[in-house]
Amino acid sequence: MSLRAETPAPPSARVHRFTRAERWVHRATAALMGVCVVTAAVLYVPQLAVLVGRRELVVRVHECAGLALPVPVLLGLASRAFRADLRFLNRFGPHDRVWLRAASRRDRRHGSRPAGKFNAGQKVYAAWIAGATLVMLGTGLMMWFTRLTPLMWRTSATFVHDWLALTIGVVLAGHIGMALGDPEARRGLRTGTVSEEWANREHPLWRP
Amino acid sequence: MNSEQSEEHAPERDGRPIGRRVFLGTLGLGALGVVAAPALQRGVEGFLGGVAGKDPTGLTGLLPNGGGFRYYSVAASVPHKTAADYRLTLDGLVDHPRGYTLDELRALPRTRLVKDVQCVTGWRVPGTPFEGVRLSHLLDAAGVRPSAKALRFTCFDGTYTESLTLDQARRPDVLVALRMQDKDIGHDHGGPVRLYVAPMYFYKSAKWLSGITVTDRVQPGYWENLGYDVDAWVGRSNGRGDEPTS
Repeated sequence: MSLRAETPAPPSARVHRFTRAERWVHRATAALMGVCVVTAAVLYVPQLAVLVGRRELVVRVHECAGLALPVPVLLGLASRAFRADLRFLNRFGPHDRVWLRAASRRDRRHGSRPAGKFNAGQKVYAAWIAGATLVMLGTGLMMWFTRLTPLMWRTSATFVHDWLALTIGVVLAGHIGMALGDPEARRGLRTGTVSEEWANREHPLWRP
Repeated sequence: MNSEQSEEHAPERDGRPIGRRVFLGTLGLGALGVVAAPALQRGVEGFLGGVAGKDPTGLTGLLPNGGGFRYYSVAASVPHKTAADYRLTLDGLVDHPRGYTLDELRALPRTRLVKDVQCVTGWRVPGTPFEGVRLSHLLDAAGVRPSAKALRFTCFDGTYTESLTLDQARRPDVLVALRMQDKDIGHDHGGPVRLYVAPMYFYKSAKWLSGITVTDRVQPGYWENLGYDVDAWVGRSNGRGDEPTS
């Protein structure tokens, strides 16, 4: 495991970052989230709503994708590596405070952005999107099974579902935008390994 | 650096569980949002209603409760009808059942009403003109029998249905509408002919109206079978307290 400690590897050396389980959890979650976003746009944006018929089918696909959204993460709990990632994401050390402060100052120097396997921004994003997904699931179920709750609640659930959907859309665009700007991070999720140079630069406190 | 490696390892694994707090906090805020939604919604509507009037881009219309109509259809697809193939039938407990073409409806005396439209899901569109034939006019022409108590409406989307009591249907602010926002009603808004029940939530104003049957009792419509109130007065039903529209 301590690849870097033993070999004084050349700069081109690859560092193991994600197992197959971690990669598939991300891939499946991204695909389901994508289906939710596209079907939501069709149901919500008037110009698209008029273009796409078979509204009942679109609603059913949206509901099923939304219901399945937490499943990859739950299945991932069977993987030791994924559980270790959740632990990394949960725990914030003093360096994360330094990272967040640098981010709020828009200080992009690597020296002022210390990070372990995940940086503080990734940790906050992971925790927020997990909570937001469950809020969407809860309010979605209230809108779906109208008989479960009083109509008053259903109206309130619609309000939260609509506004949170818009917020998630913006945050998700930021997430994807940052991934587009970092090919090596994407390679890590695609192949499981990253260059040692990238790991040292972006995640100096990470000990794979 | 190597000597510090073991110390560096500690914060990575043993920091404070902030992630869990962010996660639970988001869940809590979501629950709070549902509880506070009625108050928040009024505030947002008030604000966006003011902004939307001065927004030439129309982007505020895309925001939740940003004003404007939303397209809802419960059918997989809805056929398009024109003056050539549109028919409205009026039958059931009447002396003279008959069908109307679009041109025949257009030749009848018109009424124009300008009132707010209120949807049961929360959106409201202020001051929307509707123009059409009073439903009471069609009922009088057909000769309603004494045993009649209610009306059942059917639509050419093949799925949607609605209902009104006879007393509700005879109100002067209930129209078989031919024009909306001073234009012939387009397909997306339920054209060429839709029902317009001014004092009730907008699900009563059935789109793509094709049939009116006079019945001896109220038969609940599509949404009413899914838990919505049959007597859908704005502000006095469906657990909502909106400002009345008519």
